[in-house]
Amino acid sequence: MFDTADALVLARIQFAFTVSFHFIFPAFSIGLASYLAVLEGLWLKTGRQLYHDLFKYWLKIFAIAFAMGVVSGIVMSYQFGTNWSVFSDRAGPVVGPLMAYEVLTAFFLEAGFLGVMLFGMEKVGRRLHFAATLMVAVGTFISAFWILSVNSWMHTPAGFEMGANGQFLPGDSWLAIIFNPSFPYRLVHTVTAAYLTTAFVVGGVGAWHLLRDRANPHARKMFSMAMWMAALVAPVQIFLGDAQGLNTLEHQPQKVMAMEGHYESHPDGAPLYLFGIPNEKEQRLDYAVGIPKVSSLILEHSLDAPLAGLDTIPDDEQPPVSIVFWSFRVMVGIGFAMLGIGVWSLLARWRGRLYDWPLLHRFAVVMAPSGFAAVIAGWITTEVGRQPYVIYGLMRTADAASPLDAPAVGSSLLAFIVVYFAVFGVGVWYIMRLMSKSPQPGEVGVKRGDKGPIRTAGFTPGPTQNPGDGEKLPRGPHEASRER
Amino acid sequence: MNVNVDLTTVWAFIIAFAVFAYVVMDGFDLGIGILFPAFEAGPERDRAMNSIAPVWDGNETWLVLGGGGLFAAFPLAYAVILPATYPLVIAMLLGLVFRGVAFEYRWRDPSHRRFWDAAFTGGSLVAALAQGMTLGALLQGVDVTGRAYSGSWFDWLTPYTLLTGFGTVAGYALLGATWLVWKMEGPEQEHARRLAKVAAWATVLLMGVVSLYNLLLNAEYADRWLTAPEIYLAAPVPIVTAVLVIALLRALSRERHSKPFWLSISLFLMGMAGLGFTMWPYVVPPGITIWDAAAPERSQIFMLVGVAITMPLILIYTGWAYWVFRGKTSDEGYH
Ligand code: HDD
Ligand code: HEM
Ligand code: HEM
Repeated sequence: MFDTADALVLARIQFAFTVSFHFIFPAFSIGLASYLAVLEGLWLKTGRQLYHDLFKYWLKIFAIAFAMGVVSGIVMSYQFGTNWSVFSDRAGPVVGPLMAYEVLTAFFLEAGFLGVMLFGMEKVGRRLHFAATLMVAVGTFISAFWILSVNSWMHTPAGFEMGANGQFLPGDSWLAIIFNPSFPYRLVHTVTAAYLTTAFVVGGVGAWHLLRDRANPHARKMFSMAMWMAALVAPVQIFLGDAQGLNTLEHQPQKVMAMEGHYESHPDGAPLYLFGIPNEKEQRLDYAVGIPKVSSLILEHSLDAPLAGLDTIPDDEQPPVSIVFWSFRVMVGIGFAMLGIGVWSLLARWRGRLYDWPLLHRFAVVMAPSGFAAVIAGWITTEVGRQPYVIYGLMRTADAASPLDAPAVGSSLLAFIVVYFAVFGVGVWYIMRLMSKSPQPGEVGVKRGDKGPIRTAGFTPGPTQNPGDGEKLPRGPHEASRER
Repeated sequence: MNVNVDLTTVWAFIIAFAVFAYVVMDGFDLGIGILFPAFEAGPERDRAMNSIAPVWDGNETWLVLGGGGLFAAFPLAYAVILPATYPLVIAMLLGLVFRGVAFEYRWRDPSHRRFWDAAFTGGSLVAALAQGMTLGALLQGVDVTGRAYSGSWFDWLTPYTLLTGFGTVAGYALLGATWLVWKMEGPEQEHARRLAKVAAWATVLLMGVVSLYNLLLNAEYADRWLTAPEIYLAAPVPIVTAVLVIALLRALSRERHSKPFWLSISLFLMGMAGLGFTMWPYVVPPGITIWDAAAPERSQIFMLVGVAITMPLILIYTGWAYWVFRGKTSDEGYH
């Protein structure tokens, strides 16, 4: 017999594992859905074949990423009941309705229009098809809205009453619950993160093909669009992250202490530690390298402002410092690297070298997966930093778990690990294979192979029956939409 | 048994509707997965897959609504049922992972298409079996102490739950086969029709056995079905079911297209009615009624507003998505 502590640890690992895997796909599909809508919109507006080619190129990738997002998401919606049944029972009246709204307003919308988006171009015509693409993109945003509201409520619970049976019950205003104090910050920071993540993937793929053929017009267009995103959105994201940090300082000060590595209180100006090794036993930061007083400047906008440290917090209320400390640095580091490439791309544009600066392209290829690392690091900061609570200040994670024995949780965890790595690993590989093919004029779209050999691209090379550069031939509205 | 209509009752019917919508809609695409090995590799399989590729995601969303709706409207039931059937739920989720990705992967990788086809079948089969067994586990009763499940972690595995599991597999296969009768033509339609007949017999047999077993399972269930005055309410269910079965078998013997599918759905509707009659007013027999498990009124009203506004829209655009891909699959030529 194992004791309940093991079951709890296993349940936590299982949640962290399944949700981190899940979030990889939304981080990409939220951004990609919007990118596809932009491409299709540009195509409809300008009639340039190039945009249509890019649309179809990314649509195939989107289809795979979206399928993985859906199946891993369905797992998440049952995780609450299987592994966190006490949480579900007690918090269900408050968070359940928000998640039900997510299903009603987002998931049905995405799923309902996805089929038309993937397969329906010939059946419904361009305008309706564009409408379907927009619906899918809007659906991903609405989905993020609701689930982040739920998550934020768990960080900064508001607008509830306690029931006699121990349940959290909604108070008179649902708006107070939905728009809880950390929600607006988390929503914009996370959605912006999804856009940046996608931009870096698109930019990395564009750069990869530029390294092989710098005249490829499709690769140029992708790279240029992505670099605009990096230059414009990365600074915005840093600003939003800072705003979120200030909000967190207000509501979850010990999380910020852990992020900053502030074991001690600093009555007159706290240093900004760039590096250090948190030593939980001794409660201090070993080998610390810091800039004096800058942390107070960032967090309190004054060099000498006092900042309390973890020495003011009882031991059993502290989050695991080293995880939070490091994951925060990973995210912020990536944020500044993103800013760096954005600035570099502006310089390259100004010098007219955007498409022939191989070092820049190599850097963009390296940065292609950086968004995924940053979003996972961000979530780890957020979620580990709120421990030991699952509903901040009110319900401990240890009291939230299902009455399950460790072997049950352990075997399901093992099954998830094996299946996820195998199935999603293969999916990611298929996606990379699609990305490694250079986008072509007359790109084929997603195919449901009918009779005979399947013409889905990624395998059989796209038929290049489109001689010349489609880019320069504006097409009339009636031809050219045929996907083959 | 008197049903006084309050918000909780309304919610019980909404959840029942979501579950029913899920069972018939994902039922037919899971059913196609179950029957997949019976189709010839090549055009027949491709076409069967094509007939559901644009709609499966929407179909599966009803499962999220059923689960999410239960969480929101009856949190206690959600918190008891999922730990009680833990291995089944995990198996179902993993099954759905495999079959969900197979839709895309099989086109991406022709050299491993057979593998992904097998994953499609395996995943569909496991998911269907697990769903049916979960239903059986619920009907046979769940041990609860306080507000938590207190049984052991294999309580769900009994001869009865195996029967409900197989019954569900057969029923889904019937839905899948009759869907293909509608969507296919020529020899492929003929094949689907033959499969549908087998599945129909299996479904009817298992439905019958499960219904009889039900009466032995629990004295209260037997009471409801066999004594007056409830029997007057209950009796139409088996009678209508018998009529439907005959109509279905006849439709399958003639050159019908969509009719067998609609009749199979009606058969499921009768199953659902019987189920409701057996369980009412419990959401987790034998101890938790819908009122015990219900979320407070504020939660119920808030969601009801959402359902009232969105559900008509959802039904409209879902209907539209089906309409876009109407007609025989092979006629369409997705070029
Ligand atoms: C910020 C965005 C975000 C976050 C934090 C989450 N998800 Fe998610 N989820 C999405 C954004 C998203 C999405 C963009 O809407 C997805 C991704 C790919 C997709 O198909 O839709 C999705 C799919 C998706 C699905 C499948 C929907 C369908 O059938 O079409 C479910 C059931 C969930 N999610 C549930 C969850 C749960 C229970 C989460 C928390 C633990 C969660 N998601 C975190
Ligand atoms: C998709 C982005 C998310 C990621 C990557 C993520 C990541 C994590 C991680 C790493 C933990 C483990 C912390 C620990 O145990 O030390 C955790 C805990 C938790 N998260 Fe999140 N989370 C995400 C979104 C959400 C959302 C949207 C919700 C709620 C609706 C949520 C609810 C929880 C709960 C209940 C726990 C506590 C259980 C536990 O400690 O493992 N998370 N999350
Ligand atoms: C250098 C700039 C950045 C700063 C200062 C910053 C700041 C923060 C802070 C303080 C949190 C924790 C929120 C909490 O306390 O709960 C957070 C979370 C998060 N960050 Fe960042 N961040 C930065 C860059 C990025 C980048 C580049 C990405 C991804 C592309 C990203 C993605 C996330 C995500 C997904 C979360 C978790 C969700 C949330 O709580 O918003 N961040 N960030």
